[in-house]
Amino acid sequence: MKVIKLENIDFSYPEGIDVFKDLNFSISKGEKIGIMGANGSGKTTLFYLIMGLLKPNQGKIIAWDEERTREEHFKELRRRVGFLFQDSDDQLFAPTVEEDISFGPFNLGKNLKEVRNIVDDLCERLNIADLKKRITFKLSWGQKRLVALAGILAMEPEVLILDEPTASIDQEVRERITSYLKATDQTLLITSHDEGFLKDISSKIYQLKDSKFIPGV
Amino acid sequence: MHLDEFSEGHSFFHKMDPRVKFIVFIPLVFVIALSKNITAGAISLLLAVIFIFIAKTSLKALLKRLVVVNFFILFLWFTLPFSIQGKALFYLGKYIFSFEGAIYVLSISLKANAIFLFTISILGTTEVFSLAHALLHLKFPKKLIELFFFFYRYISVLHKEYQRLFQAAKVRAFNPRTNLRTYRTYAYLLGMLFLRSYERSQRVYQALILRGFKGEFPLISHFQLRKQDLVFAVFMYGIGIFILI
Repeated sequence: MKVIKLENIDFSYPEGIDVFKDLNFSISKGEKIGIMGANGSGKTTLFYLIMGLLKPNQGKIIAWDEERTREEHFKELRRRVGFLFQDSDDQLFAPTVEEDISFGPFNLGKNLKEVRNIVDDLCERLNIADLKKRITFKLSWGQKRLVALAGILAMEPEVLILDEPTASIDQEVRERITSYLKATDQTLLITSHDEGFLKDISSKIYQLKDSKFIPGV
Repeated sequence: MHLDEFSEGHSFFHKMDPRVKFIVFIPLVFVIALSKNITAGAISLLLAVIFIFIAKTSLKALLKRLVVVNFFILFLWFTLPFSIQGKALFYLGKYIFSFEGAIYVLSISLKANAIFLFTISILGTTEVFSLAHALLHLKFPKKLIELFFFFYRYISVLHKEYQRLFQAAKVRAFNPRTNLRTYRTYAYLLGMLFLRSYERSQRVYQALILRGFKGEFPLISHFQLRKQDLVFAVFMYGIGIFILI
């Protein structure tokens, strides 16, 4: 079953930069797809389109067999698709780590007790329990990445979209992220410039170039 | 941010020396604003409209802004003609909508729109950076120009930063409502924005210092004064004097 499907997408930024022309892409349930591509090839734009943060000039965005056009459609989609920003600073805005992780689950309508359980469980799994009371603003780069990931996972999304999760982090954090992603049965869509990392995790790797997905590295 | 929205293009105004723009624009605005009779207002507006067409700006973006400007002027139409005494045009209950008042507001409307369109066609067709540059050449106070320049440079960065934070909240299913959680989230967003701006300002300052910043930007490129620009300046001064009379 196709979870997310993009059909004949045209997209250009208002400044007149054409990014996609007739782009087609789909991902099935449980698939783990890695995407590589040069800077500026549109990887992040692709994700923003899926999440409804940008609107295509033309073409269809289909998720769970429903076409998504209006903001309301994307609100529903965002409950089921987790998106990790390239720059963790973009994502962390609550003062403490536990508050930031609980932001998503609260928005999903979970109560305090449930949220507490989710936070504790995740901190355990990602090995960041000692950071729980820390100020997000003062974490190290790698710690921020882990907390940001925890914030996304806390919403228990069916699909995880990760925008360069391994960019400028150390080996140890990278391994923690890798081991989580390998074990999970969530549908994954990951971009990275790190070939080894993508090979470790994904079942398929594509190169994104000129709106085309070319299989292989 | 769309402060530079009209600055892309290749029209006569886009190519004009920004220094000439200021030399023409500043007196022009005063002349128009201070002119008393309605013909002067009408002529200015007509000229401003012609300029807009010469500048070939996007009409859609322009109309959007015109609506905003004229929304405020609309309020004057509702109030001023009733408060200025004169020949009655019509009555609204016991209130008099006066002829003199209507003329007065009409002249304000003409002048406001004319100045607005001149601003877009003359100043708006140059990038903000070049405008600041031109002001430096014209010996405006450096501190003010730098303040303006940094403000402009970083207001858009701040705006982007806010948008990113808000998007991050959105993708985690944030749905603004009238409740404490929403308020708290907005407070967090703002707080984080303040912190980041502060940190960024430190980094920008450090980066400037590292490159030997002493509170001054050197001027490297100089503007080319063309014959057409001079002709334009002389023409505009002619218009200005004509409006004055």
